Amino acid sequence: MSEQLHPLSDLDGKPPGTTSWDGSITEAGTQMRSYYGRPIIKEPTWTWEIPTYFFTGGLAGASAVLSSAARVARNEKLARRALYVGAIADLVSPALLISDLGRPERFHHMLRVVKVTSPMNIGSWVLLVSSGASTTAAVLQALGKWKPLRVAASIVSAFAGPPLATYTGVLVADTAIPVWHEARHELPWIFGASAVASAGAAASMFVPPRDAGPARRLAVAGVLAEGALMQAMELRLGKIGEVYHQGEAGKFSLAAKGLASAGAALLARRGRKSRAAAVAGGALVCAGELCLRWAVFKAGFQSARDPKYVVESQRKRVEHEGTKATTKPGESPAPPGRGA
Amino acid sequence: MNVLQELLEPTGEPDGWAAYGDEKKERVGFFTDTSVCIGCKACEVACKEWNLIPEDGRVWTGESYDHTSQLGANTWRHVAFVEQRKPLFGNGDGSTGLRWLMESDVCKHCTHAACLDVCPTGSLFRTEFGTVVVQQDICNGCGYCVPACPFGVLDQRKIPSTLNVGHKPDLPAIGPIERGGKEDGRVWKCTLCYDRLKGGHEPACAKACPTKSIQFGPLEELRERADARLAKLEAEGWNGAQLYGRDPDDGVGGFGAFFLLLDEPEVYGLPPDPVVTTRDLPEMWTNMLVAAGTLLAGIASLTLIGGRR
Repeated sequence: MSEQLHPLSDLDGKPPGTTSWDGSITEAGTQMRSYYGRPIIKEPTWTWEIPTYFFTGGLAGASAVLSSAARVARNEKLARRALYVGAIADLVSPALLISDLGRPERFHHMLRVVKVTSPMNIGSWVLLVSSGASTTAAVLQALGKWKPLRVAASIVSAFAGPPLATYTGVLVADTAIPVWHEARHELPWIFGASAVASAGAAASMFVPPRDAGPARRLAVAGVLAEGALMQAMELRLGKIGEVYHQGEAGKFSLAAKGLASAGAALLARRGRKSRAAAVAGGALVCAGELCLRWAVFKAGFQSARDPKYVVESQRKRVEHEGTKATTKPGESPAPPGRGA
Repeated sequence: MNVLQELLEPTGEPDGWAAYGDEKKERVGFFTDTSVCIGCKACEVACKEWNLIPEDGRVWTGESYDHTSQLGANTWRHVAFVEQRKPLFGNGDGSTGLRWLMESDVCKHCTHAACLDVCPTGSLFRTEFGTVVVQQDICNGCGYCVPACPFGVLDQRKIPSTLNVGHKPDLPAIGPIERGGKEDGRVWKCTLCYDRLKGGHEPACAKACPTKSIQFGPLEELRERADARLAKLEAEGWNGAQLYGRDPDDGVGGFGAFFLLLDEPEVYGLPPDPVVTTRDLPEMWTNMLVAAGTLLAGIASLTLIGGRR
């Protein structure tokens, strides 16, 4: 799509971002037809709280499920520790989200409507239920009081947990950012697998090895699943996915793979016998999962910043599906009322 | 659930507009004809004046006559300047002349608006005129609409709200100044001068435009006018003339503010095939529910099957 540039001497040798007659150079150094290499879509305004919340929310959701499952398996120690881990993560999560708002004092405006077209709105409700239920259960557990209410709260948090751990994948996919939207099939699964890995890893750290078998299995299974899913996502994304190998997203992605697989290997090989190995392995996996969320987060910014990703993916669609927003002379516009 | 239904089977009408019933007004919008734009920026200035928008930095970009660069929280009309070595007319006298394209960009007020769909507070809403507006007393600055917009129209205002008086300090600020000194934090965009429409006036930019490059009116009428204009430009042999966002069958169901361009959209910094992201949301929710169910089953089975060691 880039046209041949006219070798006008007075415009040669300008730094990236400046224009030539028929093309300009974008952030990634691609020469293409664009408006002075400027982005077409906006980068998110979200700061560090959001990827951190993706981690804590996933940890909270999967820990709640783990706690209830361990209770059914009569593994009391694992059930309690996972409950506490989940409750703490469930308390940190809303604090992170509120702190990211442009108007934090208006956080409750999230709850003035129920809106299925907004993953952030639905997520706020899920977090409210999950957070309320798991902290209630944890407090009652610590006090040793009101068992029926505690059991009811645990059950509610166990069923709010899975949506809490996966909706964030829909949240980022439901944007105009190519590397997020085009990965909409994989992202909820990747975030879910990452949540399972972090919940298993956190429980492995806080539960004696002889009771932590299920936790270690979850950590290892989560890491394996997420590795496979990331590969599948990159395969589907093709060229748009190159941001996962560039810049900050590339670094976080590499760190995520290294930390999580080292931690999983340590848990699998030595976690059963050595408490120290279990703590170290669990910490490594948790760090890896946090890096994974950061990798996805940063990839979105890089994908938004360079217009080539927007233009290339849309031009491909124009070629393959014939969809477009332009009407050229001689083309009859579609009759009104057919909708998008 | 009829909201999701609307996503699955779009009616072609702006989402949420039907709820007005008898109070529904004729859908209005802009037709921005870039072939007569002279780049005077009267629209940018009129917009700032009327809407009391603060200044957006005094930066010399070196990019032709453009110093506001893009739409954002403090730029609701943006005039793009493109210098090209391409003749204005394509009917070939062999000339290799230069041409200077100007385009006044604005919020597209989409028929299916992603910003409105994803807004978690209901701050973004559909007006009785079929336009899309942010309610500033509701917006909590979550920023979800910012990456959701396929055109990059919305942005968060990062300057203190005490400066919301624009460059006329004698005028009262819009609403109470809630957090003097701290950044405003809310998102802002073109309202298609909702207040002026309510009073029966045309938007400030259209009023100020000296060449009728910005035309305001009922959308159906503007579409007819645009078709006629395109046919005329074609007959005169203009190079690259095309309508952008006129077709109600495009990825956002047609723009409420559409354009006549003289080159491909990306040359002006516009997406060639914008799609409302929520079009895929029913599929995304289903996919997520399956993933959540798998997570539940996976944790349960790995915990219950196999020993506790």
